[in-house]
Amino acid sequence: MRARRVALFGLLVALALVLSYAESLVPLSFAAPGVKLGLPNVAVLFALYRLGWRRAAVVSLLRVVLVSFLFGNAYSLMYSAAGAALSIMVMGLLWRTGRFGVTGVSVAGGIAHNIGQIAVAVCVLETGRLMFYLPVLVASGLGAGIGVGLLSAALIRRVRYPKGDAQR
Amino acid sequence: MKNKTRNDLLLIAFAAAAALVLWLSVLMFRTPGAQVLVTVNGEEVCRYPLGEALEQRLPAGDGYNLLVIRDGEAWVEEADCPDKLCVHQGKIRYDGQSVICLPHRLMVTVVGGERPGVDAVAGGPGG
Repeated sequence: MRARRVALFGLLVALALVLSYAESLVPLSFAAPGVKLGLPNVAVLFALYRLGWRRAAVVSLLRVVLVSFLFGNAYSLMYSAAGAALSIMVMGLLWRTGRFGVTGVSVAGGIAHNIGQIAVAVCVLETGRLMFYLPVLVASGLGAGIGVGLLSAALIRRVRYPKGDAQR
Repeated sequence: MKNKTRNDLLLIAFAAAAALVLWLSVLMFRTPGAQVLVTVNGEEVCRYPLGEALEQRLPAGDGYNLLVIRDGEAWVEEADCPDKLCVHQGKIRYDGQSVICLPHRLMVTVVGGERPGVDAVAGGPGG
């Protein structure tokens, strides 16, 4: 059982990593700096619904650290880590209430991710002017969240491993 | 299950409304700026009037960003940062708009020259 769990973790982190690379091929930064599709969230949402929020948080944060080491730098690690941390907290809370579907959780996570990132940028650059980006960031988090959520919902419905939903 | 779908839709509608309100408030409160403020690491490096054409190579981080001002608009024409996000962010002209180069920690901001007091407060530590 333990070996299986380790293997599943590795699989999910690897999937998140590959999806990070895939989304880096789709540049959306003309809208606002750092706007992304959020594809790795498919792996995180799957982990959330199948393994619970603690393990999903591990998958998410491992992905962020690995991606920053491979493709990014210290700053991108800071931005992504703040976004991912806020995102998994919000998604974990909504998931625990049991009142939202995968899409709702994904949308909230996408928006939270963007807000976490901009919050760090406000601190690093020491300016409140970045708030100009808020409408774009909320809208892009919403749009990306819907797409990722629908994709994840289909995946979670079809892939029945590990058996059943995680305990809330 | 039905309930979850309804809650999801409510959440989406709420987020869309929030984005719309934020966007409208940005549109409503924006005014054309008068100056271009350049900061590196959050510290002011120089200021240029938005009304005068200019082409200036700004040293920042371990490289440079080429700032261009023309026709009341400012933009980063080219840079040697790894992601070039600053170049893709396009042109700015309204008070408070900015172009940011995270790798070089450079920020080009349009500020309203007629209200230096307000800007000093708004641009203070932590915003």
